[in-house]
Amino acid sequence: MANGFYPIPAFAQRLMPNRWDFVAFPLIICMLALASRGFHQTLEPLSTLKTQAVSLDPIHLPEYGLRTTLRMLAAMVASLLFTLSYGALAAKSRRAEKVLVPILDILQSVPVLGYISFTVTFFLALFPGRVIGAELAAIFAIFTSQAWNMTFSFYQSLRTLPRDLIEVSQNLRLTAWQRFWKLEVPFATPGLIWNMMMSMSGGWFFVVASEAITVGDKTIILPGIGAYLAEAIQQRHIMAVGWVIIAMTVIILAYDQLLFRPLVAWADKYRMEDTAAAEAPESWLLNLIRRTRLIQRILRPFGIALGAFVRKPWHMPLPDAVYSTSNTSVSRVIDKIYDASVALLAAYAAWHIVRYVGSGVDAGEVLHVVGLATITMLRVLVLIAVASLIWVPLGVLIGLRPRLAEKMQPLAQFMAAFPANLFFPIFVVLIVHFHGNPDIWLSPLIVLGTQWYILFNVIAGASAFPNDYREASTNFQIRGWQWWRQIMLPGIFPYYVTGAITASGGAWNASIVAEAVQWGDTKLAAHGLGAYIAQNTADANYPKILLGIAVMSLFVVVFNRLLWRPLYAIAENKLRLN
Amino acid sequence: MANGNSLPLGPEIFSAQGICRAFDKEHGNHQVLSDVNVSLREGEIVGLLGRSGSGKSTLLRIIAGLIQPSEGSVMYQGQPVTGPQAGVAMVFQTFALFPWLTVMENVEAGLEAQGVARAERRRRALAAIDLIGLDGFENAYPRELSGGMRQRVGFARALVVQPNLLLMDEPFSALDVLTAETLRSDLLELWCEKRLGIKTVLIVTHNIEEAVFMCDRILILSSNPGRVVAEVPVTFPHPRNRLDPAFRRLVDDIYAKMTARKGADAAAKRLEFGSFLPEVSINLLAGMIETVAVAPYNGHADLPVIAEHMHLEVDELFLVAEMLEHFRFADVREGDITLTKAGMQYADYDTQQRKILFANHLLRNVPLAAHIRKVLAERRDQRAPRSRFEQELEDYLNDGAAAEALAAVIDWGRYAEIFSYNDQTETFSLDDVEGGQ
Repeated sequence: MANGFYPIPAFAQRLMPNRWDFVAFPLIICMLALASRGFHQTLEPLSTLKTQAVSLDPIHLPEYGLRTTLRMLAAMVASLLFTLSYGALAAKSRRAEKVLVPILDILQSVPVLGYISFTVTFFLALFPGRVIGAELAAIFAIFTSQAWNMTFSFYQSLRTLPRDLIEVSQNLRLTAWQRFWKLEVPFATPGLIWNMMMSMSGGWFFVVASEAITVGDKTIILPGIGAYLAEAIQQRHIMAVGWVIIAMTVIILAYDQLLFRPLVAWADKYRMEDTAAAEAPESWLLNLIRRTRLIQRILRPFGIALGAFVRKPWHMPLPDAVYSTSNTSVSRVIDKIYDASVALLAAYAAWHIVRYVGSGVDAGEVLHVVGLATITMLRVLVLIAVASLIWVPLGVLIGLRPRLAEKMQPLAQFMAAFPANLFFPIFVVLIVHFHGNPDIWLSPLIVLGTQWYILFNVIAGASAFPNDYREASTNFQIRGWQWWRQIMLPGIFPYYVTGAITASGGAWNASIVAEAVQWGDTKLAAHGLGAYIAQNTADANYPKILLGIAVMSLFVVVFNRLLWRPLYAIAENKLRLN
Repeated sequence: MANGNSLPLGPEIFSAQGICRAFDKEHGNHQVLSDVNVSLREGEIVGLLGRSGSGKSTLLRIIAGLIQPSEGSVMYQGQPVTGPQAGVAMVFQTFALFPWLTVMENVEAGLEAQGVARAERRRRALAAIDLIGLDGFENAYPRELSGGMRQRVGFARALVVQPNLLLMDEPFSALDVLTAETLRSDLLELWCEKRLGIKTVLIVTHNIEEAVFMCDRILILSSNPGRVVAEVPVTFPHPRNRLDPAFRRLVDDIYAKMTARKGADAAAKRLEFGSFLPEVSINLLAGMIETVAVAPYNGHADLPVIAEHMHLEVDELFLVAEMLEHFRFADVREGDITLTKAGMQYADYDTQQRKILFANHLLRNVPLAAHIRKVLAERRDQRAPRSRFEQELEDYLNDGAAAEALAAVIDWGRYAEIFSYNDQTETFSLDDVEGGQ
């Protein structure tokens, strides 16, 4: 994983019209409801679906690992295609932007694991009785965990293209298609690759969770790492849990070495900085490819074909809103009509949802769910606070020691990528053994995987802390609490906020698998919205799942607006060191 | 060497008539350009000389077809211009090279867009790289090059498309003095030897010497709104000698033209509430007063001399001098600056006296400062949010300008201690200010 460049996550810095959220929210929840409608018709094919049994013999792990990896890769390709088209459309069409950006923003807040049951039924309906449906559902789940932040990053890049480069493209009379590949995509590449890495690292968690899904009385198993884990849990086989942890470690390291390191080294030339980096990222694989004539020869025709493709003087059927602002009275009238129809659609969707959810739950249930959401929110808050108390001081101490930081940083990044759900069984065994209170002892699981984002961002912040400031504080003998309060904490604050936002987003998602766990027949559940969604997924109670997802999304959105965004604004405006 | 003026001028390549460009504002139009006429003929280098805010870059972009004028017609080779034209190439102050493309690929970019075949592209790009003195750097990325070499790539990229009209937007101002001079001379040599294949050149600059050094004809633009106030032919043969007395006289002459003021102008020089205020630091203002006040100037000096003495770019020099004039600390006319009585006093005073004098002049001559002070004094808690004034200003100035004007007033007001400002809460107040409670 790359050291050295840490762009601010796009989702935290965009410009956003708030009232459009009220449009995006019902639209998204309505889409989910529509997908679940299909379920009732596809119940039959689901029960006849033949799934392969999973063997716990470690000899099968390489094959399972490969299958899981391929799912991840397929989802990444889908995410990339989605990013390029959705991001470009949002950045180039003023009217599309109004709807697309809030939708993306809300989508980021919708818990991925919450709607797996919906997407599974949807894809099974598309391919009745065939495994491909279940495969696509799993890929789609990973896709939804990866695509949004990549898209935001791309959109953000397109909105911040340097003016002089836009002008030179116009002066050279590049067509929209040529400009897309010559200017826009290259400019967006560093941010996009960084976000791909973040996405991939988050994605392992979801691939593990989506390979074995129980909806109602039917369990869908897709051979892979996640299915192997599920089987190990079913059979109370702790050795197998150990095997799968080892396999996952190998896979993540291989992914890093074979895909991302070369990618980051290659993308170094797309940085906008004027000066060459002191330490350009290196990759042995990329060096090998560059130095080996045979590989070069095999790759060259592809390169030429690709070059010709992007040079085609096609005009894209996209408006050039980024570059021009048309503001005639006619377009203003069309704007009004457009706004009104979108609002109407949203209102219709909202009504639809209320009716659908109302068919399965009453007002008391809604209150109950809001209460559960509050419990989960407290859990997220407390655990992020605890994780911060531990990792901020440690991260600073590590970050200020360059040699130690160099060794610890890849480890922290590896831990962030490692799907924490693989460790859950170990905790569950311990809790069961010591008869721990699930409400307390299941809580740490929700930050088990995401706390590392805090650590590695703080390390990065402390490493980047200017030496002048440190020398000045030493010179004036600033020590102890004053040193933390006035020197170090403000210095790393922007980095910390970036890490904490990622960690808290991940924690909400993790609550769905962390608040309700099992070990063989033993089931443990904490009170909270995550457990509520998980249990209703197992019972296939769709209106209740939908209610749970809607409330959780709402909480996440409000949580972000009231807590993280103001903190981010402070970090951005007052505490930037440059 | 060719003499710029003795050449018979060819046919008109480009003309712009009655160009206006304005931003819509609630309280009237904010005009950037007003009734500008430009005509470019074959075989000449024309300079557009103006201070920041004179709209010279806007004019260049209108000519390039990058933006549309609000009024007026733009004709290129007899055809109306509606967008970027083939045969019009541009060189940028920031170089505007694609950092992810090598020198070769950058130079080829324009040819690629035209769909020129691969082999032909290569041949022409190499020829341009060769001509501009970049051979050996074909495979380098821009970030590996020095500023001067980067701008050479910018020139090669423009030349390779064989334009009729070359537009240059302050092409040398991001370079150090020596590099800029080398590049200018190299370019002029190629131009005089007719090896560039360009019919006419338009160069935007705020550097008077550069304009006199390079151009056959200089158009001087006034500020706010931009208007052509003078047209100066330059008849010296190339290569020109900057130390030649005739050269110096012309430079002085242009300084005078740029600071000339017409009779009725004096009244117009009074700042109004919605006037744009440039961020000129107290240090620069005080520095210029101190420089002019003492020997050998004793309160009266030539602006070009002061520019050299203070190591100021012409652009900045004019800003400082003009602000001193607004504050009534100095008079500027005909390329000279003369301190007023208050200006001489300021130079004599110690820190505290200076602050009082400055506060006095600030409140009297900058209506925005007086307005803020008045609003604060009227309020019971003697506080007001920044947004209040920002909104008022935005009726007169466009987005960036309102913020800059406010920033300028905040800086001066803090120094003069007529109000205090808290950036965390974005509020003005009379706390810790003499006269406030």
